[in-house]
Order: sequence, then C-alpha cells, then structure tokens
Amino acid sequence: MPRRLGLRIALVAVVVAVSVWYLYPPGKTINLGLDLQGGIHLVLGVDVDKALEAQVERAGDTVRAELEKKGIGVTRIERRGTSELVIQLASAQSWDAAVATASEVLGGFDRKEADPAARRIVLALKPREVATIRDLAVRQGLETIRNRVDQFGVAEPSIQQQGENRILVQLPGVQDPDRAKALIGKTALLEFKLVDERTDPETALRTGVPDGDEILYQRRVDKETRQERKIPFVVQKKAYVTGRDVATARVSIDQNTSEPYVSVDFNAAGAKAFADLTDANVGRRLAIVLDGSVHSAPQIRERIPSGRAQITGGFTTPEATDLAIVLRAGALPAPVQVLEERTVGPSLGADSIRKGFVSTVAAALAVVLFMLIYYRLSGLIADVALGLNLLLLLAAMAGFHATLTLPGIAGVVLTIGMAVDTNILIFERIREELRSGKTVRGAIEAGFARAFRTVIDTHVTVLVSAAILYQFGTGPVKGFAVSLAIGILASLFTAVFFTRLVFDLTYMGSRRVDRISI
Amino acid sequence: MFQIFVNANFDFVGKRRWFYIGSVGAVALALLSIALHGGLNYGIDFTGGGLIQVRYDKPVKVDDVRRGLDELKLGTGVIQQFGDPREYLIRLPPAEQNAEQLGARVRDALAKAAGASVEVRRLEFVGPQVGRDLQIQALYAVLAGMAGILIYVAIRFDFRGGLIAILALAHDVMVTLGALSVSSLEMSLPVLAALLTIVGYSINDTIVVFDRIRESRGRGLRRGQGLADLINGAINQTLSRTILTSFTTFLASLVLLVFGGEVLRDFAFALVIGVVTGTYSSVAAAALVMDWELWTMRRRSKGPATATTRGGAGRAAPKMAGKGNGQTARKP
Repeated sequence: MPRRLGLRIALVAVVVAVSVWYLYPPGKTINLGLDLQGGIHLVLGVDVDKALEAQVERAGDTVRAELEKKGIGVTRIERRGTSELVIQLASAQSWDAAVATASEVLGGFDRKEADPAARRIVLALKPREVATIRDLAVRQGLETIRNRVDQFGVAEPSIQQQGENRILVQLPGVQDPDRAKALIGKTALLEFKLVDERTDPETALRTGVPDGDEILYQRRVDKETRQERKIPFVVQKKAYVTGRDVATARVSIDQNTSEPYVSVDFNAAGAKAFADLTDANVGRRLAIVLDGSVHSAPQIRERIPSGRAQITGGFTTPEATDLAIVLRAGALPAPVQVLEERTVGPSLGADSIRKGFVSTVAAALAVVLFMLIYYRLSGLIADVALGLNLLLLLAAMAGFHATLTLPGIAGVVLTIGMAVDTNILIFERIREELRSGKTVRGAIEAGFARAFRTVIDTHVTVLVSAAILYQFGTGPVKGFAVSLAIGILASLFTAVFFTRLVFDLTYMGSRRVDRISI
Repeated sequence: MFQIFVNANFDFVGKRRWFYIGSVGAVALALLSIALHGGLNYGIDFTGGGLIQVRYDKPVKVDDVRRGLDELKLGTGVIQQFGDPREYLIRLPPAEQNAEQLGARVRDALAKAAGASVEVRRLEFVGPQVGRDLQIQALYAVLAGMAGILIYVAIRFDFRGGLIAILALAHDVMVTLGALSVSSLEMSLPVLAALLTIVGYSINDTIVVFDRIRESRGRGLRRGQGLADLINGAINQTLSRTILTSFTTFLASLVLLVFGGEVLRDFAFALVIGVVTGTYSSVAAAALVMDWELWTMRRRSKGPATATTRGGAGRAAPKMAGKGNGQTARKP
C-alpha cells in the first residue's frame, strides 16, 4: 500500500482550489500584454548630457552675478564640453578674490586650472556631482512622465527605468499613439523672455546677435496651404519667469474667437516675478517660449499683478489640453528621444488573441488525442495531468501578475507539447520494465524512479534557456520566457506527482493487478 | 498497444559516417546560404528601422501603397502583402529622423494615394543604437545559453559529454539559421527566443541517450559486446522516447506555424526546424561518442591497431571489451 495517499490527495485538491481561486474571474485576473490588447511600448533615451550642460550653464550665471556684485569684471563665462566652466576675467587685479568667489559659489566643482597670467579659471563638475545630476535627470524625467500619463488618463500604465538612462513607458489600450507620444516626449520647458526691440531680426540674422540675446523662431502653419513659416525673433537669453513658477494650468476658450488657449496661474514667487517684469517693461513684447520656439509674443500693456498669463497660438482643443497637462506636470529635466516604439492597434491585438486561442486549442487537441491513442488509459491520465498543468500555468500567471503576450501564448502552446514529454519518458520506462519481466507494480515503481533523473535533466536545461531569455528579452519575449518556465515547473507537479498519485490509486490497491493499460 | 521501435536494432554507430556527412553538409549549406544572402537577414529589432502594418478598408494594389509611401520620402521601404490583399507590411530602413507623428503621417499619405481608408495596425520603430545593442546582446544570450547547458552537462556527465552536446547544439542552431536564410525569413527577437528554446530543448534527447549509455556502461560490457554495440543499444533502446517526446513538441510547433498567424510564423518555423534537427542531432551526438572513445583509446595505448573489427564494417570493438564483466570503461 503506497504511503500517505490521503496527504497527497489533499495536496492536489488544495493546489487545484488555490489555482481556481486565483483565476476567478478569468477575464480580470490575467494581464494581457500590449501586443494582445493594443497599446504603445516606448523606450525613451534621456539626454542626460543636456541636463549636465544646463546645470553648468546655470552655475555660470550664478557665478557671474556673484562676481559682478563684488565688482570683479568678467570678459566671458562659458561652458566647455558638457561639464566644464571657463571663467575669463577682465583684469588680473582682483584675481585672488575672483578665485575665492568661484570656489565659494561653485561648491560642486573642482578647480582644474587657474592661470593668473591668462586671467582664466577653469572648473570641472566633480565626478560625483556628474553622477548625481545624471541620475536625478532620469529619475525626475520618470516622475514627470508618470505625472503626465496619470493626467492623460491611461489605465494601468507602466513607467520604469531601463538601464542607466532609458525610460520604458507602456500604455495599454491607447487609441491615439501619436498624441500620447507627443505628450510624453515633450520637454515642455516654458520660458518668458523679453523681445529685444533694439535689434531687427533680419539684421541680426545677417550680422549676428548682440551679446546676451538669441534668435528664436515662431512656427506658423498656414491653414490653407499647410506650409510652415518660421518667423524669427530676437529675444534676451535670460528667462525671467519659467515653467517652474507655474502653479497650475488649464484650457479656456476665447469668447471672441472661440479658440482654445491655455491659462497659466503662477505660484507666489512666480506671480511676484511676473508682476515686477511686466511693471518694468510696459510697452515691450514678452515672448512666450516653449521648448525653444516662440508661441506668441504679446505686448505688455500694463503691470499684471494677478499672477496669471495666457498662452495663445492657434491650438486645437487636444493640443491645448495636452499643453496644460505638461505645464502642470512640469518640464522634463532633460530632453528625451524615442529610441524604440512598438504600437499595436486594438484590432490586431484581437486577431492575435483569436489566433492564440485557436492554436492553443488545436495543439491541446492534437497532443491529447495522440496520448490517448498511444497510451490509452495511461494517456488519459497524462491528459488530465496536462489539463491540470494548464490550469496551474494560468493560475501562476494570475498570481504573479505576469503578463500574457502573444509569444507568451506560444509558450503555453509549447508547454502543451513539452509537458507530456515527462509522461512519455515515464511511460516508456514503465513499458521497458514490463518487457524485462517486472510485475505491473514493480514496473511502475521502477519506471517512475528511473525516469525521474532524466525528467530533472530536461527541466533544468529548458529552465536555463528560459532564464536567459527572461534576462535578455523585452516585453513580449519576456512573456514567452515566463510562460515557458512556469509551464515546465508546473509539469513537475502534474506529470510526476499527480500522475504518480493516480497510478498509485489505480494500480497499487490491495487487489491483484495483472494488466496495465499503457 | 501501439508501439514504435520496440525492438529497434539499427546500426547507427556503424553508419555514423553518414551522420557526419549529413551534418557537415547541412551546416555547410546553411553557411553558404547565409553567405550568399550577405549575412543573416536581421529584422528591425536588430538593425533599427521601422515596420508598419496597415490595413485598407478595401483591397489595393502594391503600387498604390508604393505611391503613398514615396510621398513621405522615408527612404526605400520594402512593401509586402500580409495575409489578404487589404493588408500590407512596410519596412523602412533605419533613419536618423524621429518617429514623431509617423503613424499619422503614414496613415494620411497611404489613404490619399489609394483613395481608401487606412488603419495602422502595428507600428514598430527601433532606433539604430537600440538595434546595435541588441545584436550584441543576442549573441551573448545564445552563447550564455550554450555555456549554461555546457556547464550543466559537464557536471551531470563529464566535460567530454558537455562538449559533444554543445557541438550538437551549435549544429542545431546553425541548421535552423540556415533554414531561415534559405526561406528568406527574418532574424527577429521572437526567432531568437525560438533559438534559445531549441538550445534548451534539443539537449534533452541527447541527455536521455547519454544517460542510457552511462547506465549500460555501469552494468559493464557483456562478454563479446563491443562499445559500438553498447552505444547502438543505448540509442535503440531510447529511440522511441526520443522520437515520441520530440513528436509532441513538433506537433505543438506545427500547430503554431499553421494557426498562430503571421506574427508568430517565423518563430514557429524556427521551432519546427529546430525540434527536428535537435532530434536527429541527439542520435548523431551519441555516435560521436564512439569516435571520441576510439580516439582517446588510440592515444592512450599508442599501439598500432587498438580496435579490432568485429561483426559488420565499422563496428569497432575496443580492447577493453575483453576485460570482462563488471568493468566500466571509464569512470562516469
């Protein structure tokens, strides 16, 4: 009489019950991958060097202001490479004071070179600082994108860091991928800059811009011809108010033109800066610059104390909505670039689900029939074990919140083919033992025992492959590795433990057994 | 009771020359095809570029698709009908330009050129950098897979067994790559997944045969039994197992190839080929054990003829065969 039959039956019952519990209700518990339900998969590369450059330039502005406050003349301060700052002094007179000021203000920098004769100080960002800024750029980018996606309203988005400076964004079920992409990828650096009225843009284009100014363009798309025109503006480099000062932003509709525009509310500091700026510059034009292009440049008519500004510029309603979202969520600390995109339309996803389902059923039928014909009653037992295997596989996927992808379904189909392998190995061994003259019970004992080592071998090798695939693969391929690995592991329980139990119940009772259907 | 190969008694070892000729020939053909195609036909996962699957609301001609595509000036795309005449797959070469608004632009241009409405069912864009990274990683993945198997087999059996198994695996991978190349199919991420699966799966049959060789050896050679008989016996005794286990997996892969749809086609194709060649190579690998044995014995004894021929041609019976019962040829 085999040992602990009751315990083993109870274990199988518990496993089945837990599986069913995890799977119920089936539609809700299994996560479908982007390739099955449609959606966007984006890999964004964060241009961390740009974040470094911006940081160095800001440091340059700070040190310039500090030096000028102390009356030390500066010829120019410029960034060299991504992380170096070159300070060129007007004279060598207050050299020591200048060096002291620079070290004091620029704590994050190492002094690389200080040449009194050339009146030049070169500083480089400390390596630790560089690492921190890079890291921060990616993490802030991640946070910002998460905010934007949340406000855009996507169910169950996944936004995570990938590698050192990549961000993986997965948005299931998004209908308009281009819009979502624009929303995510926009740097959304909002700046309010004064137009330099002294210089004519055309002249500046020919002869060069005055110091402290730059040329930015306004893009105008003609509604009739759809031709794009670029209108140059000469603006001061210094941004008086930026997106950082924005408290909130929303879409409003202009009563007269019924065109949508974005209305921006500044926070306290921003409101004060904006009031001061408008107060001091009545009559001049204020360029509203987003990501380096001028959106509009209205004239300042009077001091604006309300801390509210309007961004107009011929938006469509979705454009205005998205702009308001990115302004609320804040700017990305560094520009991002789409490195990889995979978009699957919902209709293709539905197709894939159907084909995956048909394949699974067809493969299961073929394998089940084969086992039944070839091994008869034992084949039936193996088929029941296979069914149990699929149940466990799906339940484990639900339990681990794994995602079922199209290659994942392929993994399920392959599992059907591979899970019965274990039973074939055992059954063939039992047949062999029978041929060598063993009794039925002896053959079953020996068959299970001797096939077991081979079964372990086959499981280990497939698991090695699956583990490497999981490590290496992206989205869909990971899904394949997951379903293959779970299916193979589950077959240890179903094809060995469960099958053995059924064999024991069938053939190991107290009555005599002369024949076995195998 | 259905049974196959119950009393199989094929002289695999004696005919091993044909295995070698077949395998070397197949690998040579695979390499030749890959060379003639100018290397592996990497898909956009590895080269970077764009892939757009569109469906029109009515059947259109390839020329209409081409006209719409030309308007976009995205470089020379390859257009391929995909399933029925309403559906097309467009491959775009890697470009520095951003994928921004690509979907909408393609949709509008194609719709205008064909005078039909267009649905973008799938859009994939892979930057050149990502593709390059992936090529290297893919190579690492396959090598790591093989190394993992080598280590396992080396621990489980011995280093020699591991080496022979790896040789068999490399053969399977090469033949599968060759079949992909001959069929002008693409090396994509799913195909790589199939290759790795083959690496992990096709080793199984080899292990089953190796295990049986060792088991038979543990019992020792019977009087008058040569090593060739022992290896032949092991292959024949496990033949039904080898064929049957592979058959069910082959069935499942075939079902995927037939019903899985276009997206899984290349993946399923690689699996089908890999399962078949993996089964074949497990028998060939066992035959290779024979030659390794002969070679080591020849080196060890340095004598003239260490293997006498007994029975059929090529059935070598090494010296140790005469040492009697209970004698293992070498420690497992």
